[in-house]
Amino acid sequence: MISLTVNGTTHQTEADPDTPLLYVLRNDLGLNGAKFGCGLGQCGACTVLIDDKPVFSCLLPIAALSGRKIRTIEGLGTGDKPGPLPAAFEAEQAAQCGYCIAGMIMRAQALLERNNRPTETELRAHMATNLCRCGTHMRILRAVRRAAIVMGGGVRGDPQSAL
Amino acid sequence: MSGLSRRQLIGSGVLVVAFSLSRATKGQELDKKPVLAGSLEKSPRLESWIRIDAEGRISVFTGKAELGQGIKTALIQIAADELAVPPARIELITADTRRTPDEGVTAGSRSLSDGGSAILNAAANVRMLLTETAAWRLLTDADKIELRDGAAYAPNGESLGYGELAAMLSLRVEARPDVPRRDKGTRLIGTDLPRVDIPAKVSGGAAYLQDMRLPAMLHARVVRGPSDGTRLKAADVDAVAKMPGIVQVVRDGGFTAVLADQEWRAIKGLRRLQAAGWTRPGVLLPVEDMAEAIRHLPAQDVPIFETPGAPPPPDGKTVKARYARPCLMHGSIGPSCAIALWENGGVTVWTHSQGVYPLRKALAELLRLPADKVRCIHVEGSGCYGHNGADDVAADAALAARAVAGRPVRLQWMREQEHGWEPLGSAMVVELQATLGSDGRIAQWRHDVWSATHSTRPVSAGGLLAGREVEPPFPAQIPRPIPMPEGGGHRNGKPIYVVGNAKGVYHFVEPSPVRVSALRSLGAHMNVFAIESFMDELAKAAGTDPVAFRLAHTVDPRARDVVQAAADRFGWSRRMKGGDGRGCGFGFARYKNLAAYCAVAVEIAIDRDSGEARIPRVVAAVDSGEAVSPDGIRNQIEGAIVQSLSWTLHEAVPFDTTRRTSFDWSGYPILRFDGVPDRLEVHIIDRPRQPFLGTGEAGQGPAAAALANAVADALGTRMRDMPLSPEKLRTVVRKA
Amino acid sequence: MVAAVVALSWRPAIEPIANGVRGFDPSLVAQGESLAFIGNCGGCHTADGGRAFAGGRALPTPFGIVVSTNITPDAETGIGQWSLDAFRRAMRDGIARDGRHLYPAFPYDHFAKASAADIDALYAFFMTRAPVQADAPANWMTPPFGFRPLIAGWNLLFLDQGPVADDPARPADWNRGRALVEGLAHCGACHTPRNALGAEQRDNAYDGAWTEGWYAPPLNAKSPAVQPWTAEALFAYLRTGVSKSHAAAAGPMARVTRALAQAREDEVRAIAVYVASLMADAPAARGAPPSATKDNAVDAAHPEAAVLFAGACAGCHEPGAPMMLAGGPPLVWGTPLQEDTPHNAIQIVLYGLLPPAGRAGPTMPGYGESLSDRQIADITAYLRARYTDKPPWPSVEQAVARIRKEKGE
Repeated sequence: MISLTVNGTTHQTEADPDTPLLYVLRNDLGLNGAKFGCGLGQCGACTVLIDDKPVFSCLLPIAALSGRKIRTIEGLGTGDKPGPLPAAFEAEQAAQCGYCIAGMIMRAQALLERNNRPTETELRAHMATNLCRCGTHMRILRAVRRAAIVMGGGVRGDPQSAL
Repeated sequence: MSGLSRRQLIGSGVLVVAFSLSRATKGQELDKKPVLAGSLEKSPRLESWIRIDAEGRISVFTGKAELGQGIKTALIQIAADELAVPPARIELITADTRRTPDEGVTAGSRSLSDGGSAILNAAANVRMLLTETAAWRLLTDADKIELRDGAAYAPNGESLGYGELAAMLSLRVEARPDVPRRDKGTRLIGTDLPRVDIPAKVSGGAAYLQDMRLPAMLHARVVRGPSDGTRLKAADVDAVAKMPGIVQVVRDGGFTAVLADQEWRAIKGLRRLQAAGWTRPGVLLPVEDMAEAIRHLPAQDVPIFETPGAPPPPDGKTVKARYARPCLMHGSIGPSCAIALWENGGVTVWTHSQGVYPLRKALAELLRLPADKVRCIHVEGSGCYGHNGADDVAADAALAARAVAGRPVRLQWMREQEHGWEPLGSAMVVELQATLGSDGRIAQWRHDVWSATHSTRPVSAGGLLAGREVEPPFPAQIPRPIPMPEGGGHRNGKPIYVVGNAKGVYHFVEPSPVRVSALRSLGAHMNVFAIESFMDELAKAAGTDPVAFRLAHTVDPRARDVVQAAADRFGWSRRMKGGDGRGCGFGFARYKNLAAYCAVAVEIAIDRDSGEARIPRVVAAVDSGEAVSPDGIRNQIEGAIVQSLSWTLHEAVPFDTTRRTSFDWSGYPILRFDGVPDRLEVHIIDRPRQPFLGTGEAGQGPAAAALANAVADALGTRMRDMPLSPEKLRTVVRKA
Repeated sequence: MVAAVVALSWRPAIEPIANGVRGFDPSLVAQGESLAFIGNCGGCHTADGGRAFAGGRALPTPFGIVVSTNITPDAETGIGQWSLDAFRRAMRDGIARDGRHLYPAFPYDHFAKASAADIDALYAFFMTRAPVQADAPANWMTPPFGFRPLIAGWNLLFLDQGPVADDPARPADWNRGRALVEGLAHCGACHTPRNALGAEQRDNAYDGAWTEGWYAPPLNAKSPAVQPWTAEALFAYLRTGVSKSHAAAAGPMARVTRALAQAREDEVRAIAVYVASLMADAPAARGAPPSATKDNAVDAAHPEAAVLFAGACAGCHEPGAPMMLAGGPPLVWGTPLQEDTPHNAIQIVLYGLLPPAGRAGPTMPGYGESLSDRQIADITAYLRARYTDKPPWPSVEQAVARIRKEKGE
């Protein structure tokens, strides 16, 4: 029996200890946000926050997580009261198929919590870990810039590409 | 409105309303033939499309599927608009063989033109019926009835809700063509209605097939060799069957799947089975250059077009060029997935296939069931750009689930299985030759395109991977060229330009050495890349500005408008002089020569030392006819442009003689955030009341060509072989 | 003595050339470009995210921080005013155009062995690059090493002049390989240990050494590689960044292989031939077979690490994983686990491997953000036990903590 603290709530799971967190989040805890994209740590669709750092949940066995703080997109507010990033993504309609979006939001959340005034270059370099195949990049960047302002900062960069 | 007859009760009390259409239609400017719009032709009964229950809840049925292109929202907009209800009142049911019309495949950017216009006209018919019925019951004229918020109002304020009205009429009637569209009240069409699917996607709600959890569900993995053409060696199945949580290892001939109570255990079982190794039993692959191989394989000649004209002047300037592209992947972020459940002698399959009806047919044959015992329900998967692994995984799930009847089985492909087995976009070669007259205009034009097929969509069991693995295997499907005007490898093989004496031939290569099928825009990406690059080469030979050269050869006024709009918004006439790694390029096409018009202008800056391309600016203009959701159009075109930039700059499926050698993103890199343009704008030319024009694939060709033309402008050298990779750019820079 | 050194150290300035130089033969420029990749000039002279060859990369040394200079042909801030003589003198003697001594962080002790033809080709290449106006930040040397004339004394002790003569008993590619390796490729600058004055220990050539926190393993009979480094295997490694019988290049070596991927193929082959010959007497080459993995016993002895490995690593590294089906090298053949120090293995686990944007190449995610020091140490120790016959590394967890600290985490 392994204990996991997800979005502030502690859960017990009987999944095998080597099970990557992604499958436990989805199948045991019913949390849909983190997605299976590759299982190889290359696409970021599974991105969650562990102790405020963005990680690939597809490569993190639950046995390694005792005492760590796990946060998923479900912890960033609810449908009625979304956090700044989910709200910004909705406002910018920043999705086509949307499969990569939960991972994008968590990746961006880690950046803006650490530094809500990144440069445009820093923003793009940080987000480059996550893949989008539909080509929604421009909207994703607009959404993150929008959220940065709501979080008390803003993305610094050439004026042409800022909000 | 006048001349409408009074109603009579008939027979059992069911009201049949007959109405005449004495006025000329003010609706869609469709051709005047009395043909039903879009998919209505095949499914003319109104109740196939729209039902209203006693409480006034409206269900709209579509055979089209949400692929991430926003079609659900657009169809809801259309229906809600026509029925004068808030969008939240509409429940949209998509592609389900038990419940929705058969609209074939959601592909070819036909969702709005076929599906949207069907719903528009069906809803217009239903609106007429509701109006008529209300007028009769409320003792007034139909043209005095106002529809608002799900009820019909008479001038005296009396009203009847749609639920009450629906109980009085039957929708089991055929749609009438040319029913006018609603001409008063607020409009939803043309507004940016927020997408109905996005809220769940930004909050962890259940939004995808991959999120479905059914009671007693098992997890499965299919076991194959690493790539199309390979086969797994015999594995120690007994040892795997004994692993914890493994419920069963299903085998049928060469088809193998492992079922487990937990997903991770299924994966571990899969890995254990795959450790046995693999072989390639068949013919080896041509490795060096797949496009060059395609150029020389046996092909059947299919005419694309022939326009007679005067022979070109003998002293005219002749330009020849050869363009090529490698095999490309769909590369959807979420590998394909399906859930299957056998019960009551039949099977239900939840699938993200683009075509639930053709899939059902193929599955019925594979599983040896009558079609009515197979139900395929579309549930959204990750981004779908054509014929990917969705159909195959549906068959895999159905076979795996057959062994555990009564329990749903969720079978998920692994990333390496999607990389190794999804059908690819064929490698292609285009050879163009044209002659300029003394007036600097094109007097003669010849287009030859070589490609393997752009559709192996399963219509029979042999079109599914599992269909070829089971014992006995089903016969393989034989691909045939997709007929024009849509076309496959020859899609957009005919230029939109007036080019004098012209001919185009499609050299259809069959059999293909590798597994190929439909990838977004089919042959248009290559043909438009070639034609638009060639137009620049001709413009240069003629000493004319590339945009002016195109306009000089374009008569379609909407095409001219789009070209002009993109050029103006980009500032084409004021653009920088190209050279020293910086330049601008333009690309334009009308998708399929009958769908949306799209023009793209690109500015590029190439680092001389690394060959890395930075894209400071992209400006696009698009005409999709009547814009149902302008933001939806912008989203699709932005996405098409970024995806096409990725294809054209970076992508090529690598092979060795035995297999595809890329099994994950490390071997098939795509554009990431550090490579997308600095700025990307899309400008829409709205054409109210014009037919909806398919938009989802309209950007692929123009963006690719604009990029190639920008590179030529920047480096002074024409590059004709995709991808225009950093390595190639660097080589060109060095030679300069 | 100091006066003698100071006297020795004085070098005249060489006249600047006006208006740059033109008219280089394109094939000479192309040859120079290949040699610039072999010498990996950009590895030091291009800063991260900086313009090519414009300098500004800080190189920590035991004597202070040396910042690479701008070697683009910019007249004011680069070498635009340098004649061929000035360039040659810098490459061979470590003297700048204005007569100042250059720090041997710039490995002119190796470049001194390059042929005149190679140096001329490099000159043609550099003088045809895009000029960039950029002043590199000043060095920050620990006193007294900021006093450049001291370098004259160092040169006196340690600088050998001139190319090495060909060995007529050896084939042409071996000789060319040696000329490049000892010269422009300066492999010994990382792979040979240095003395207290920072000079390579000639008697311990290629015995292995530390650079930028990574251990560059021995390239001689002491090579700990499990499989022999044949010329073929080395060529594949140098050219693609991975050898299917060894492992992927990591750390500074990854950057070297990316440069060598762009050099002339025959020159890289020559390097491989020569370096393979240096390792002809290594244990792997003498036919000692690699050990089998000892899964079950090791798993029982390291139960927590075995679980971590199964969840975090097996997806790429176990026999049925796609990377292995594609012919990726198994961990049992990897040199990092065989080395006497766990530093390389730890850093690979912490930071992973990433090709440059948009390129294909060996890829591995880093685990530094998701695993603790203890977990990283456990896995590393487990890998050592499972895939080698060597004794366990001491103090692995402390090493992990130290590495993180040095990286400023």
